[in-house]
Amino acid sequence: MPQTPASRPGAPALRLIGVHRTLGRGRARTEVLRGVDLTVRGGAVTVLLGPNGAGKSTTLGLCHGSDRPDAGTVRVFGEDPWHASADLRARIGVMWQEGGLPPSVTARRFVRHVASLYRAPLDPDALLDRLRIGAVADRPLRRLSGGQRQRAALAAAVVGAPDLLFLDEPTAGLDPETRPVVHEVIREHTARGAAVLLTTHLLDDAERLADEVAILRAGRVVRAGTLEQLTRVADGDVLDVDFGDASPAAVATWADAVSGTFPVTLDHDSPTARVAGVRSPAELEGLTGTWTAHGLFPARIERATLRLERLLQDTGLPTEPVQTGPDGAPSPTDQTPAGSRS
Amino acid sequence: MSTPAPTAAPTAAPTAAPTAAPHAGAAPLGARVTRQAAYETGTALRNGEQLLVTLILPLLALVGIHVTGLLDTPGRSGLDVAVPGVLALAVVSSAFTATAISTGFERRYDVLAALATTPLGTLGLVAGKAVSVIAVLAIQTVVIGGVGLALGWRPDPAGLVPALLALALGAAAFTALGLLLAGTARPEATLAVANLVWVLIGAVGGTVFPPHWAWLELTPSGALGAALRAALVEGAWAPGALLVLALWTAAATAAALRWFRWRP
Repeated sequence: MPQTPASRPGAPALRLIGVHRTLGRGRARTEVLRGVDLTVRGGAVTVLLGPNGAGKSTTLGLCHGSDRPDAGTVRVFGEDPWHASADLRARIGVMWQEGGLPPSVTARRFVRHVASLYRAPLDPDALLDRLRIGAVADRPLRRLSGGQRQRAALAAAVVGAPDLLFLDEPTAGLDPETRPVVHEVIREHTARGAAVLLTTHLLDDAERLADEVAILRAGRVVRAGTLEQLTRVADGDVLDVDFGDASPAAVATWADAVSGTFPVTLDHDSPTARVAGVRSPAELEGLTGTWTAHGLFPARIERATLRLERLLQDTGLPTEPVQTGPDGAPSPTDQTPAGSRS
Repeated sequence: MSTPAPTAAPTAAPTAAPTAAPHAGAAPLGARVTRQAAYETGTALRNGEQLLVTLILPLLALVGIHVTGLLDTPGRSGLDVAVPGVLALAVVSSAFTATAISTGFERRYDVLAALATTPLGTLGLVAGKAVSVIAVLAIQTVVIGGVGLALGWRPDPAGLVPALLALALGAAAFTALGLLLAGTARPEATLAVANLVWVLIGAVGGTVFPPHWAWLELTPSGALGAALRAALVEGAWAPGALLVLALWTAAATAAALRWFRWRP
């Protein structure tokens, strides 16, 4: 079987075609995946987004051969991962959402052991240091913090220098200082040509890491493409405007008056508005004219941020509730709009 | 096997920087299984609770029987009967109780699934566990046999070969039973059942003490105890007991292949 060199960027490392998977029995029987199509290429990070229960982890399990589909095709470097040979498994690295780590074993011993199963692994000790857990790597894994365990799990996933990495929530529970290190390590592997498929509920992480995005909803990939392709349409024309000292009532009056031209979403507790439909400098000029007419002067105008969040809203997807890891509070950008929980 | 070195990866050539990665590939099959076995054995020997059931309690039973003269009969030291029985209990400790508990929790924490996606794979994982059971059993046999000899145990030399076969078949049957339990029950239930079964087998299962009821020789523990006593006390083969062990091995292996679940 011809192997795809990991060093060729853009080559498909993983392909799912029409994948169906039903889990559970009796009343709990659910068709989790209903025809998933997905392509993951080398040299790029593909982020799989979707609400809890959308089937993200189920999809990953099928991709790394821990589960098999009821219908459809899964191919990893052209081969069926369910019947993966040892050499095909050596090209795959998996980071499990709940760790996949033995609690009573030290991080160093476990990562060294995993490394010993490969022909030419990375240096486990250097990797642990790189992920800033070298100092705690001689403690049993159960005595590490959630964020430290996350990084140990990442070390176990990448120590074999795989060509295809599956990372289930790799940055969940990380503090703001270590998150960039994890991003860097992931990037180092795409830089050498590896493909990465990761799930996350942190949209700012997704934006920072994603080359490609696939949105999973109700068991299907409803949107897929490069981050740029997907977000260009979605948010090129949206502004967030803060009117400073103005009264929310005055803002509401203005919004009523312009709603035919610019769709406006109001926050009724504060003098802020999200304005859509501003596609050109001329339209922006027109918009500022309506403020003058209503005696409003903005304190702050900015392009709507969290583009993926908007994309998810446009796709009709609820964004997921913010989860704080054991290491700290959510970053400000983690916050999801009120009423968005499913 | 006393100092497993999972830290040393002789054929592995670690690269200097995590960024510079050679093409991925699996270590050879033999190396993978050996390293998994060394890792499992090292983990077992570092685990205090496992050491308690695999070595310390069987040794206490042996010394206790010797000191109290519990199994002494006119003209024969109780040790002759006790050592084979304690060896049978030791097999149950390592092959069944320790394997079931550790595997059950590995399943709960997705360690089994994680290792299955590495070059090790499911077959390598099971093979590594089997080799590890043999390694631990070898240590148990040397320690328990050694203490027995020091106390004055004199086994029949003609029984060494049948005894080794009985130990191997017993280890196979109880490993399969342990994996079956670990792969089907919740880890808490596995913990409780594996420990309870060990206590029952030690007390009345036909291991440390010869069985009270004949039907116990149809159980794997009773058959193992009978085969070991026949070998080491009388220097004889016990084909019936060995057949019972083989049947239990086949049945438990088939059941484990059918029902074992890798994920929680």
